[in-house]
Amino acid sequence: MKIRTTLGLAPLALMVPSLAAAQSHQHIPGMQMPGMTMPAAKPAKPRAKPKPHPAPRPAIRRGTAQPAAGHDMAAMSNMSASKSGPDLPPGAAAPPQVQPGRPADRYYDPAAMARAESALLGSHGGMVFHRLLIDLAEYQVRDGRDGYRWDGELWVGGDTNRLVLKSQGEGSFKGRVESAEVQALYAHALDPYWNLQLGIRQDFEPKPTRTYAVLGIEGLAPYWVGLDGALFLSDKGDVLGRVTLSYDQRITQKLIIQPRGELNFSLQDMPRQRIGSGVSDLELGLRLRYEIKRELAPYVGISWERRLGETADFARAQGESTGGFSLVAGVRTWF
Amino acid sequence: MNTTIGRRELLRSAALAGSGMALSAWLPAWAQTNSRGIAAPLPELSGEDITLRIAHQTMIIDGRESHAIGINGTVPAPLLRLKEGQIVRIHVENDLDEETSVHWHGLILPFQMDGVPGVSFPGIKARSTFTYEFPLIQSGTYWYHSHSGFQEQLGHYGPIIIDPKEADPVGFDREHVLVLSDHSQMHPHAMFAKLKQQAGYFNRQPQTLAGLLKGEDQSLKERLAWGRMRMDPTDISDVTGAAYTYLVNGHGPQDNWIALFRPGERVRLRFIAAGSMTIFNVRIPGLKLSVVQADGQNVRPVEVDELQITPGETYDVMVTPADDRAYTIVAEAVDRSGLARATLAPREDMAAEVPPLRRRPVATMRDMGMDMSAMGAGTTSSAAMPGMDHGGMPDIEHVAVGGQPAPRESEAGMASMKMRDPANAPGVTLGPGVQTIAPMPIDRTGEPGTGLADVGHKVLVYRDLVALEPNPDVRGAAREIEVHLTGNMERYMWSFDGKTLSEAETPIPVRAGERVRVTLINDTMMNHPIHLHGHLFEMATGHGDHSPRKHTVNVAPGGKVSWDVTGIPGEWAFHCHMFFHMHAGMMRIVQVRPIPGIDA
Repeated sequence: MKIRTTLGLAPLALMVPSLAAAQSHQHIPGMQMPGMTMPAAKPAKPRAKPKPHPAPRPAIRRGTAQPAAGHDMAAMSNMSASKSGPDLPPGAAAPPQVQPGRPADRYYDPAAMARAESALLGSHGGMVFHRLLIDLAEYQVRDGRDGYRWDGELWVGGDTNRLVLKSQGEGSFKGRVESAEVQALYAHALDPYWNLQLGIRQDFEPKPTRTYAVLGIEGLAPYWVGLDGALFLSDKGDVLGRVTLSYDQRITQKLIIQPRGELNFSLQDMPRQRIGSGVSDLELGLRLRYEIKRELAPYVGISWERRLGETADFARAQGESTGGFSLVAGVRTWF
Repeated sequence: MNTTIGRRELLRSAALAGSGMALSAWLPAWAQTNSRGIAAPLPELSGEDITLRIAHQTMIIDGRESHAIGINGTVPAPLLRLKEGQIVRIHVENDLDEETSVHWHGLILPFQMDGVPGVSFPGIKARSTFTYEFPLIQSGTYWYHSHSGFQEQLGHYGPIIIDPKEADPVGFDREHVLVLSDHSQMHPHAMFAKLKQQAGYFNRQPQTLAGLLKGEDQSLKERLAWGRMRMDPTDISDVTGAAYTYLVNGHGPQDNWIALFRPGERVRLRFIAAGSMTIFNVRIPGLKLSVVQADGQNVRPVEVDELQITPGETYDVMVTPADDRAYTIVAEAVDRSGLARATLAPREDMAAEVPPLRRRPVATMRDMGMDMSAMGAGTTSSAAMPGMDHGGMPDIEHVAVGGQPAPRESEAGMASMKMRDPANAPGVTLGPGVQTIAPMPIDRTGEPGTGLADVGHKVLVYRDLVALEPNPDVRGAAREIEVHLTGNMERYMWSFDGKTLSEAETPIPVRAGERVRVTLINDTMMNHPIHLHGHLFEMATGHGDHSPRKHTVNVAPGGKVSWDVTGIPGEWAFHCHMFFHMHAGMMRIVQVRPIPGIDA
């Protein structure tokens, strides 16, 4: 495609007389371009269909047809003998109506302009990003039964609306996977710090598995405390809840200590899942990580887990541990 | 970059030590004057017909090869040396496989020649040619750059000099153009993604526990107050020397670009801030800088030791080095994470010491627009007390006495000191993208820029600028347009009035020829250099009919800036010239109608 233009310089030459006079020290040679015949303004017309990528989005909203108002000379009354220019206070003239139509359509292919406008909007605030964060991926040295634990999430989306996938779980190397779950959530930014998260959670362990509806809130509390709280309603009508708190304290530019806590609770006894009502378990951890780079940080730490109340009774009945200390070592990574 | 000293640098240092040149051992590798500099000037193009070919290329910065998008094979693009009064036809050949564009930054021209895809034209498609044609009705130092995708950061920028038709009021014997920019091995799109994923990604100087124990930076009490606000006072630059090499005319600090002079000559240095995300502090130790032009507009000469230049701005300064010695031209990144360096020398084999980076600044409550001590004080009072509000306790205590570093406690007649009170900005959409509304924004045009209040020498402030010639339009503004510069540093969202461009806000309507006052209020803790296309505006800094005329003005954190402008028909981009702020949505279209020939 080759666009060859010798385009109208008329608009500049035809600026209002007062301005032209005021700028008379700036000579504008060559501004009187002959032969410009402009058709009259066209009314607002529907935008051509934007190209499939980026996704169709609203065009710039211009107003409905209104005659352009003339310049408001009332401001001139502000003029005083001693002050001029920006020293004068602004007047209170009403703003003009937004005018319809895209003026560049007069000079260029309107369909091409519509595509360009759509691309402009999409690339100035409408972009989509993603992040995969594996927050915990660790070996746990427990008393006698070493295990593992993971916790991570992927988000994809814009600034306000995102798809979030979460997964967490743990197990022991000699035994089985003790717990494993995946959540698929729609996240919506509520305010500068907090996101509403709605979706489903599927447990794969313990069995029999359950599916839950999720209502959560996630974000950043004052003092930079990360907080994630969720309620889970199972397909059997059971209600569970979970609160996770974490805080990153930078010791040096590369060394970070992260205290972290997770608390699970249940509103009812769920014997088949070996969960009792009330606070079912609590985990407190302290992990020290070293950022080889921002995205890659091996860590070591300690974790203290405890099943509580009837949940602990269920565990004892199964011959499982009710918790204790473990030394952990893992890698935190994101990209 | 400055943490890794490679083998080559070590060898070079060793060789230098042997050669007996006076070098301080404590200088980082890049700061050592270790090689013959590069004195090549930028290629120059003139005349009525100019051809620019935009293509991928490699560039070599400090010995390291890097991908770039350049013009006619160079980064920066060739200097366009034009003459006021001429018409220019610029044929832009796009050799890329993507769309491109060229925006003529600071030029007054017909809107359809302004070069913003989707606003003024459809863009220049891959493998096609577009011809720009417009008259030059002004003179001075300007620049040009892409307005498409992420090309600008990749090297698609170059300088423009328009020589005045009449005699130049600035007398000089020699001149040099210094295009200051930032370049990264990291692709700008990847960079933007990192910022969205972790807004503090590039800040490698946050406060630490070790720093607290050493007594550095803020006290524990201040840290707690800022932590409670979820604000990082060391967030000075979004992208830093961790990812950028800072360039002068496309050359890194080790390359050492050389500007030659003969002792006693009056040397004109034309600084252009073409960095995507970098504010530079410019100084030449040993020389006074006489600022004679800002944004291409002549100003009454004002002598300073240092000036801060924000993306999009230009400053012309005169220096008169009398001695037969070299001087280092230092353009330090505002967050002190690196610097661009060139040398002003009588001969190519000369170099001067490069001063070490100064300590990075720490933001204060004043940068949050919450400085109670500013209440009732004149706008220049703080400038008269340099250092007063810098990193110290007074500000935060002043606010604490009022009881409101945080939102909850804002009762008791001090409601306006809330960090995010809709009453303080009724026009702003208070969504997730608006972290704070400055409760008490102040005019900071009389203050040195971020981190320069306590440097111990004269720093240019906006109020120092006085137009050399009377302004062309001295009418009072008919009305005022208030624009809030809003953002959320946690989510890396940036907007005007709480809305991004992509949220399809309506254009800002202005009548052709109408004189309007624009007041920009910075509700964020970051600097925002705001650029209006196709216009020059007169800053409201108390200089009446000699107000300084600019096309780009930085609005300091928690600050506000007003200017008057006369609407020129067309549709014009209006945006923050921080590259990723713009791409995050900190942009609007200004609609000036009627347009002769279109609106009849």
